[in-house]
Amino acid sequence: MKELSLHILDVAENGINAGADRVRITVEEARNDNRLRIIIVDNGRGIPPDLIQNVTDPFYTTRTTRRVGLGLSLLEAAARQCNGSMRVDSMPGKGASVIAEFAHDHIDRAPLGDMAGTLISLIMGYPDVEFEYSHLVNTSRFEMKTIDIKNMFEDRPVSDPAVFRKLRQIIQDGLKRLKTNED
Amino acid sequence: MARLTIDDLKKVKEKTAKETSLRYGNASIKVTVHMGTCGIAAGARDVMNALMNEMAEDDRQDIRVVASGCMGMCSSEPNVTIEVDGEEPIVYQLMDANKMRQVFKRHVLLGEVQTDFALAKM
Repeated sequence: MKELSLHILDVAENGINAGADRVRITVEEARNDNRLRIIIVDNGRGIPPDLIQNVTDPFYTTRTTRRVGLGLSLLEAAARQCNGSMRVDSMPGKGASVIAEFAHDHIDRAPLGDMAGTLISLIMGYPDVEFEYSHLVNTSRFEMKTIDIKNMFEDRPVSDPAVFRKLRQIIQDGLKRLKTNED
Repeated sequence: MARLTIDDLKKVKEKTAKETSLRYGNASIKVTVHMGTCGIAAGARDVMNALMNEMAEDDRQDIRVVASGCMGMCSSEPNVTIEVDGEEPIVYQLMDANKMRQVFKRHVLLGEVQTDFALAKM
């Protein structure tokens, strides 16, 4: 994957495919500690204890459409090559969490990339799932919950063009403000 | 210009809610962007964003966009499936943002299947 935001999209989709209707994504960029941490928590079916040690094995998957399961193994490889690590925890029936850490200034660390694109793809692609996004850069924070947007537009679905335009503006403005503060 | 009253606003709200709930339940066209790991790595996110930007420009309310996982055709990702009521679903292959815009404008809006990018009928 060329961007960390693509890993986030992929891991969040794993949770949704496991029946999650709520996904929380957190990105923490602590420049002073030279650390970038990505946390993705869902309330899906979770991973059975006997399978959890296999989740980073690229030749292991529970799906039947193909014989490889690359999502988490690619994220783990990306984290390890940047002096980081990845941890997967799960409570069967209650959900799963994935925490990946990277050395922020590592030369091999992929950029976070188009986080707005990732969020819009998730929210529009899975309109029935509630997403919470929190992005912290040092002391600046951007937070967004799809439930707030849905409340703002009451009965209108997120696929409605007016809702989509508002959502896109909120996400893009929030991330832009974060970047401005960072600079 | 006359000022809007609370009653006017309530009527607008009721009318909009009625229209939107109808069109949400009665979508006659479904566009599925396949976003498994393989699709994402091949550019499915750009395809989805191009599609959403086209949707935002257009006022058609009977189109539903969904994401789904890998359909098993990893080598032809990004894949997009267009389902129009009463017609066979068409799977498009090796999509990018430009192809998505073309498929949206020609197939989704006008009903012209873009055979150059089509992989299969389902």
